[in-house]
Amino acid sequence: MSNIQRNRNIDTAFKYVGIGCTFFGIVMLLIFIGNILVDGLTRIDWDFLTNLPSRRASKAGILTAWTGTAWILGLTAIIAIPMGVAAGIYLQEYGKKNRLAHIIELNIANLAGVPSIIYGLLGLEIFVRVMRLGGSLLAGALTLALLILPIIIVATREAIKAVPNSLREASYGMGATKWQTIWYQVLPAASGGILTGIILALSRAVGETAPLIVIGALAYVPFVADSPMDEFTVLPIQIFNWVSRPQQEFLVNGAAAIIILLIITFAMNGIAVYLRNRWQKKVSW
Amino acid sequence: MKPIEAKNINVYYGDNHVLKDIDITIKENTVTAFIGPSGCGKSTFLRTLNRMNDYIDSFRKKGKIYIDGKDIYDKKVRVEELRRKVGMVFQKPNPFPKSIFENVAYGLKIHGIKSKYEINDTVEKSLKQAALWNEVKDKLDKPALSLSGGQQQRLCIARTLAVKPSIILMDEPASALDPISTAKIEELIFELKEKYTIVIVTHNMQQASRISDRTAFFYLGELVEYGKTSELFTNPRNKQTENYITGRFG
Amino acid sequence: MKRSGEKVIEYGLAFSGLVTILTTIGIIWVLISESWGFFREVSLADFLFDTEWTPLFTQKRYGILPLLSGTFLTTIIAIFTAVPVGIIIAVYLSEYAHKNFRQTVKPILEILAAVPTVVYGFFALTVVTPFLQSFIPGVGSFNALSAGIVMGIMIIPVISSLSEDALYSVPKSLREASYGMGATKFQTSFKVVVPAASSGILVSIILGIARAIGETMVVAIAAGQQPTLTLDPREAVETITAYIVQVSLGDVEHGSMEYKTIFAAGITLFFFTFLLNNVSFWIKKKYQEKYE
Repeated sequence: MSNIQRNRNIDTAFKYVGIGCTFFGIVMLLIFIGNILVDGLTRIDWDFLTNLPSRRASKAGILTAWTGTAWILGLTAIIAIPMGVAAGIYLQEYGKKNRLAHIIELNIANLAGVPSIIYGLLGLEIFVRVMRLGGSLLAGALTLALLILPIIIVATREAIKAVPNSLREASYGMGATKWQTIWYQVLPAASGGILTGIILALSRAVGETAPLIVIGALAYVPFVADSPMDEFTVLPIQIFNWVSRPQQEFLVNGAAAIIILLIITFAMNGIAVYLRNRWQKKVSW
Repeated sequence: MKPIEAKNINVYYGDNHVLKDIDITIKENTVTAFIGPSGCGKSTFLRTLNRMNDYIDSFRKKGKIYIDGKDIYDKKVRVEELRRKVGMVFQKPNPFPKSIFENVAYGLKIHGIKSKYEINDTVEKSLKQAALWNEVKDKLDKPALSLSGGQQQRLCIARTLAVKPSIILMDEPASALDPISTAKIEELIFELKEKYTIVIVTHNMQQASRISDRTAFFYLGELVEYGKTSELFTNPRNKQTENYITGRFG
Repeated sequence: MKRSGEKVIEYGLAFSGLVTILTTIGIIWVLISESWGFFREVSLADFLFDTEWTPLFTQKRYGILPLLSGTFLTTIIAIFTAVPVGIIIAVYLSEYAHKNFRQTVKPILEILAAVPTVVYGFFALTVVTPFLQSFIPGVGSFNALSAGIVMGIMIIPVISSLSEDALYSVPKSLREASYGMGATKFQTSFKVVVPAASSGILVSIILGIARAIGETMVVAIAAGQQPTLTLDPREAVETITAYIVQVSLGDVEHGSMEYKTIFAAGITLFFFTFLLNNVSFWIKKKYQEKYE
């Protein structure tokens, strides 16, 4: 019977191991954020946000980087949202049983597993070279749009799937066409879920570095872009550039820029989670 | 010796008062049937007897249950030891997705028995006791899920027997089975009562009258009537019992 | 009129779906056509068996092995970090934790997955590497160990959340059968629930491996950019992804050999991730059939 006592001891021990592991990642994240705040917080001031990049760490700012990120965010949204939502609608409402939809579905699952740097190679060849867009904002946005398209499509489908059929039937029953039903009934009802997915997808785009480096986004851009055809840099690339330098002052700049980047991604994720919770409450039909 | 004695049991799920003042004594080497309409508390009561309700967050209990004279909800009681002694067979056959042999050997292994000889021997004895040995002896390493439903349920009984309990709780063990498999299970229960104290929850009144020595009728969380099966079915003292066994509600 | 309008809309929507197929075709076409040029100049045998990768030097050698060893070394370290922690978290949350605790912790774990990878690179370089140097002799300022561990932390949520889904879908009746015989939670979890969910857990590990192989910024920042054929985790290595970044940072002329090398490296990477993804689909499908 001491056997049972031993089993119970193992059981209790595992409980603590489990709690420990659960908090391991979170504690790491906290250590890390604390570290970054200590390193970078004092470096952030108005000049840091409004200065152009410079070879002197103390004068360098992130103006071109954050404006580039804003440009990329906007352009990617304009390209990816209509396409992703449209494809999601097609798969869920039109293509339930046809072959094309089945192939698209399999394909999306496969695309979700393709490393982001491969999208960079695609963008480099197709957008930069064949379409002659060069290392422009537009080429970068198109590349990231393809990257986040699967996320938006899947989120749209999930949100539409949650809309009860009775709503569609009510609309059809009044003589509405399929598209009218989707446009006036289904999409508004699913909008919360779709929006959540879009924001999460865009937050992913904001944090991407590798594909943009591959298509030729530059680390040193001494002007603020004013057209989609301009060359650009983004915050993650600026961070990468600073972090790659041996001088301590640039690491400090990197930490400061990371704080700004984290504020942006956490804010986007926070909004997405908030919307999801609100939408889920509303959706208990 | 009284194997099971419950005194003043009240059970709550949150604000729901699901068992009210249950007092019952169950005798050794008998089959006791719990009958009553769905939601009357009979399964809940069965599960308090080996503390399977412990994992339900909202579960609360008042009163005492003694098994072999010991309060099973006492802080010093190890629930693992209790459940080894008070085995349970569930409504739907629930073999593990392992081999037939591994299913029966599982209980021995978790209780620290390592001797190969002892394990093999107990597996064989348990399967024989559960009247399954002849059907499976040549395919012990086949997946348990490849057996038929009735065989799976007898395997689950063998699995329970392997850890040598003294009491076996059965929660509608034949409700998911066809009539032939059901007959086999009933026959088995009849044989097992020589060695074990059996408590069985059933929806099926013919079954209760066929296999049990004593019957307890539960209604709306109360133990309405408890007595010898032959008397309860032929001459119920309570009006509600009579209505139920004659099929006026259910 | 109305009807033809409806059809136009349907085709428009279908076209958007087709874009994803065009993306796949585009990826495969781009990788094959550009590496075709590469393999006209470098024999497949040299590519696969030469032990040096020096396309950027004057003495050019094109053996992928050093990049592969760098990739696998960092991936293995990441998996050894993430799998035990991820599975323990999954078991704890699914079998032990209170419902409220689970609901609070899961979104917090998701934050780990939301942090941009360049940030993890900084973490590896400025926190983890100095920490490792403080007690392991011979750890370089760029090394595979630090990058691998941080990648592991990054993919913990991938493994824990997919594994938890798999554990959660194991029928409650199996747990009851085990508890009913006097098993503890630990025994029930690891002898019944985990084996029953093993295919789902395997899928989570495979997807974690695929993530680690394709991960770029952490290794580009913290593992160094030296294609050395080594299995010593304290040394600097270069992964396939880090090499692509390294070349891209310079000015690469289209048609040059450097330009082609990144596609040859890319197709190698794509081959592995494609393989892993399809193995995971296959397991998932087989597993669903088993339960139905």
